[in-house]
Amino acid sequence: MAELKETPLTQLHRELGAKMTGFAGYDMPLQFALGVMKEHQHTRAQAGLFDVSHMGQVIVRHASGYGGAAQALESLVPVDLMSLGEKRQRYGFFTNAEGGILDDLMLTNRGDHLFVVVNAACKDADIAHMKAGLPDCDVVEVTDRALLALQGPAAVEALAPIAGGCEIMKFLDTGIFTSDFGELWISRSGYTGEDGYEISVMADQAEAFARALLAHDAVEPIGLGARDSLRLEAGLCLYGQDIDTSTTPVEAGLTWAIQKSRRADGKRAGGFPGAEVILGQMANGVARCRVGLRPEGRAPMRHGTAIFGSEDAETPIGHVTSGAFGPTIEAPMSMGYVAASHTAPDTQLFGEVRGKRMAVKVASMPFTPANFKR
Amino acid sequence: MKFTEEHEWLQDDDGVVTVGITDHAAEQLGDIVFVELPEVGTEVTKDEEVVVIESVKAASDILAPIDGEIVEVNEAIVDEPSKVNEDPMGDGWFFKVKPSDPGQMADYMDEAGYKSFIG
Repeated sequence: MAELKETPLTQLHRELGAKMTGFAGYDMPLQFALGVMKEHQHTRAQAGLFDVSHMGQVIVRHASGYGGAAQALESLVPVDLMSLGEKRQRYGFFTNAEGGILDDLMLTNRGDHLFVVVNAACKDADIAHMKAGLPDCDVVEVTDRALLALQGPAAVEALAPIAGGCEIMKFLDTGIFTSDFGELWISRSGYTGEDGYEISVMADQAEAFARALLAHDAVEPIGLGARDSLRLEAGLCLYGQDIDTSTTPVEAGLTWAIQKSRRADGKRAGGFPGAEVILGQMANGVARCRVGLRPEGRAPMRHGTAIFGSEDAETPIGHVTSGAFGPTIEAPMSMGYVAASHTAPDTQLFGEVRGKRMAVKVASMPFTPANFKR
Repeated sequence: MKFTEEHEWLQDDDGVVTVGITDHAAEQLGDIVFVELPEVGTEVTKDEEVVVIESVKAASDILAPIDGEIVEVNEAIVDEPSKVNEDPMGDGWFFKVKPSDPGQMADYMDEAGYKSFIG
């Protein structure tokens, strides 16, 4: 097995007593002393600090400035980048010719260029995809920066003393701030359903910056275990699990991320890989959809659980892609794909757990209300 | 008290054996969120799966350490699985079994043996 890569915070995680695990080729903290359940609850109640340095940070430049980069990148994503405001961020995904999802990502208009954050496991492929697909652009991975996420209602009070002005940002605003820890690239976003920030900091300042945040009473270090249960409660997809090349954005319920201008009859309709498939599905519907699932009782229905339309049906109508116990909702929760005929909220279905059919209901997501500062 | 390599403990009180998981196992599993217990009256065989526990991380099976009949189960941990984390070797017990072959107990480790087993 290849040796795991470290982030600029790996030594700090070890010092803080993290249980470490291999994730997307990196040695990452699974949990700290609080444990997954309390880390999750602490993030919802106060603030959690996550190391997301394994993710890819990429700059896309074009000789003509932001407009040129945006126009070029629109050929790879079904997102309206041309009208994205300066210092604003948008969620999107790379698609393939079959309409499948190659990765999901965050895109920022930084005035004269685009800043892109992609998933760790996909970053090499994403960068190659952009280099090949954007021959007129300069695609450069940022390798000298760490990325931290500070999430939860107290995130603002912990970050504001370090990056004055971050408190007035709204959800999906971004900015570049000078601080005692050098230049910080901050976005008011995250992936927990909570208010909070993602902060890109120079690698050699990352540990000092993390320590300064952790010195705040409200901030605890949080591992990947709680990050997974937080994002699932928030109804957010994990790439490689809930979405991948075999799922389209329409099946995945992500059509909200395809702005009007890129849809059929829009000003810049289509023009991204798989547009015919995706726009066709938007017009004609899909055979299966991603839904939220609430099992009755306390047993979690995890990834791979087969879902049936009745207690004695022979053929499954779907399967679970993510499942866990939700510490905030104090109940098990899952998401997965089911036949389009079975997606209405409160539809009674059955999941097969350890050979037994257990009752589960289709539920709307998020499982917990989002707490964004819009 | 006796201990198995599967991190269960067995406490014999006048011919009825109480079974639970050790402090070490509870810590390794992390926060326990679901416990499924056998029914009272079930005849179990050594190494048969009798209990399912799920932590925030994963599902695990607990095996019957001895042959016998389940005579009592701890309903309190079904309603409140966190009791297993709080007191695995006390209030967090799983079930009581009346052994059909009490001699099987002799195969298991004592406390000193278990401590050296987990290092």
